[in-house]
Amino acid sequence: MTPLLQVDAVSKFYGARVGCADVSFDLYAGEVMGIVGESGSGKSTLLNCLAGHTPPDTGAVRFDTRADGLRDTVTMSEPERRMLGRTDWAFVHQHARDGLRMNVSAGGNVGERLMAVNARHYGDIRGKAIDWLDRVEIAEDRIDDRPTAFSGGMQQRLQIARNLVTGPRLVFMDEPTGGLDVSVQARLLDLLRGLVREMNLSAIIVTHDLAVVRLLADRLMVMKDGHVVETGLTDQVLDDPQHGYTQLLVSSVLQV
Amino acid sequence: MSDYNFAYLDEQTKRMIRRALLKGLAIPGYQVPFASREMPMPYGWGTGGVQVSAAVLTPDDTLKVIDQGADDTTNAVSIRRFFQKTADVAVTDATSQATVIQTRHRIPEQDLRPDQILVYQVPIPEPLRFLEPSEVETRKMHSLEEYGLMHVKLYEDISKHGDISTSYAYPVKVEGRYVMDPSPIPKFDNPKLEMSAIQLFGAGREQRIYAIPPYTQVVSLDFDDYPFQATKADTACGLCGAADSYLDELIVDDAGGRMFMCSDTDYCAGRRRAGCVGAFGVPYAEDVA
Amino acid sequence: MISVENVSKSFVLHNQGAAQIPVMEDASLTVAAGECVALIGASGAGKSTLMRMIYGNYLTASGRIMVGDLDVASATPREVIALRKHTLGYVSQFLRVVPRVATLDVVAEPLLHTGTDRADAHAQAKVLLTRLNIPQRLWSLSPTTFSGGEQQRVNIARGFAFPYPALLLDEPTASLDPTNRETVLAMITEAKARGAAIVGIFHDQAARDAICERSVDVTAFTPQVAA
Repeated sequence: MTPLLQVDAVSKFYGARVGCADVSFDLYAGEVMGIVGESGSGKSTLLNCLAGHTPPDTGAVRFDTRADGLRDTVTMSEPERRMLGRTDWAFVHQHARDGLRMNVSAGGNVGERLMAVNARHYGDIRGKAIDWLDRVEIAEDRIDDRPTAFSGGMQQRLQIARNLVTGPRLVFMDEPTGGLDVSVQARLLDLLRGLVREMNLSAIIVTHDLAVVRLLADRLMVMKDGHVVETGLTDQVLDDPQHGYTQLLVSSVLQV
Repeated sequence: MSDYNFAYLDEQTKRMIRRALLKGLAIPGYQVPFASREMPMPYGWGTGGVQVSAAVLTPDDTLKVIDQGADDTTNAVSIRRFFQKTADVAVTDATSQATVIQTRHRIPEQDLRPDQILVYQVPIPEPLRFLEPSEVETRKMHSLEEYGLMHVKLYEDISKHGDISTSYAYPVKVEGRYVMDPSPIPKFDNPKLEMSAIQLFGAGREQRIYAIPPYTQVVSLDFDDYPFQATKADTACGLCGAADSYLDELIVDDAGGRMFMCSDTDYCAGRRRAGCVGAFGVPYAEDVA
Repeated sequence: MISVENVSKSFVLHNQGAAQIPVMEDASLTVAAGECVALIGASGAGKSTLMRMIYGNYLTASGRIMVGDLDVASATPREVIALRKHTLGYVSQFLRVVPRVATLDVVAEPLLHTGTDRADAHAQAKVLLTRLNIPQRLWSLSPTTFSGGEQQRVNIARGFAFPYPALLLDEPTASLDPTNRETVLAMITEAKARGAAIVGIFHDQAARDAICERSVDVTAFTPQVAA
């Protein structure tokens, strides 16, 4: 079976400093990969390299495109990569403001990706937007409100709806619950779990929060100083950590 | 003869502008950057249009200048006098007699001919500007033909007002490729953008030139279930009775009495000369104005 | 169905001066379809550890653990995930759930995960919950607020929702009253009857005697530590 994403020896350096070094893994449809590490571990750098936001210095990021099979997105032309970013890929930012248009209504935000791939029927677009707002538990009567009128959790859920409306196959998430209240986090994680399962999504989630990966990720990569120090099944890495750093991370989590 | 070079600008500047114009005509709807000069009028008063006119005028041309359709507003008069002084060209109010027409925010009612040039004054050339403030990003969107955002604007209109409420500067797609801002002409004028004359657009402050060659396809953006409609006030001109021209509304007394009249003064005058009389009008011969 | 072959494990605590703790050496056992094998031994002898190794939750240092055709000890994460979905079920000692999810959805999840449609999955979940005496008024609530016994029964319902060919049960009858205990033993018997291979940890001798064909004492696999 072809992997959906094949990451091959991806590295990024900032002069002599290591952003991320020699990262390789395969991701299949329906799998969720968590990447954990503390600040400075290189996890966000890696995510940006994978999602096409920054070009890596070495390595390939091959994606199984619908039309041409496995293609290296690093060497793809920019228009192709941008098209991928609007259709098969999605990116959920830590701060909803980075992933939304704050001066456009919620319906417009959700509809934008549809209009970007030539949806031209207002009624249909609005109908889909309402459907998606409902799926992320935003009331229909908020469809014409701007995100500035939403709470942080609602903004984040709107960001998710906006990204998932075109049925992407791979979602990149950068600290999706960072900065949210604990109860709001729980709700969001629950929603993400449901959507990932329903839509058979693959996802790569970067976070420093081990509870998030336990809940959402099938597999886990632990990063330190730009290197992957341990990788495997999430529950195995968290319950039977092998590397000293992982053991330290796991034992540092406060039990409530 | 004046102390100015013909039409104020030096020959090198005109050459630079002409190059930009040719490029604009070769790529209809594409915004060509140009080195906009300091003109003897402030930004926002038509410097882009003036520079384009200056570059295309020849001593044999006849110039007409209109502002919201009228020949006699302060701005139209100033610009017309400017070219009389610096280029000594013939000027006219009659659309049919002009070879170069500089306009602010309207297209003349009568059809233009292949030997005429229409020069538009443009405030903000970038149709995506209000939704995407970054110039780097809008340039990319144009080059990659990523225009989904344009429809977001129309979507927002419908969701707020029940209809596409954009009534002027209504965005169009030119020759199936570039999305363009036709300058703040009323949407009623959009269908006229497909014409036999050459159309040149100049934005002085923003330093952009764009163009539409004759017989180019220009389609106003819309949704399948909210098609574009070229609307105007649902009445006829009070002076000449025209039912098919764009109308200005005029308050005529302290009691709120109002009257509608053709925005295109030459068109209206022509109809009245031919004997047409509207509800508030008087026959032409008796009219002093 | 399940075959543990010469398996060993030790823990290395890097942050405690790299202390090495060997916990298992040369462990072997087999479980055939329709059999229930009990793991016995003193507390801390390694019963749960062995069970977790079979499930892939703990890594195996050496040896093989065959579940069906897959060697869990050397399998890739993908293979283990697929195994846990379709083949190998695990009822842990304590219920661990995502907050906010209703009991009915918790129990239905293994079915939903393998493609059963929502209505069917919920119907089957309701049958199980009724059988385990979880009152209907609790079905729409999250089990995180339930009593220990109720939580354990929800845990068991979830473990038995999907007809796994192999099942691992860690103290399934602990914290249950006699009636519910009998129900769970009956469910295990039914699972055996349909051919499931079961490994169980029961501190309750009577339960062990009732449903397990054999017992395996894990103390036999404890490494001999030099005095």
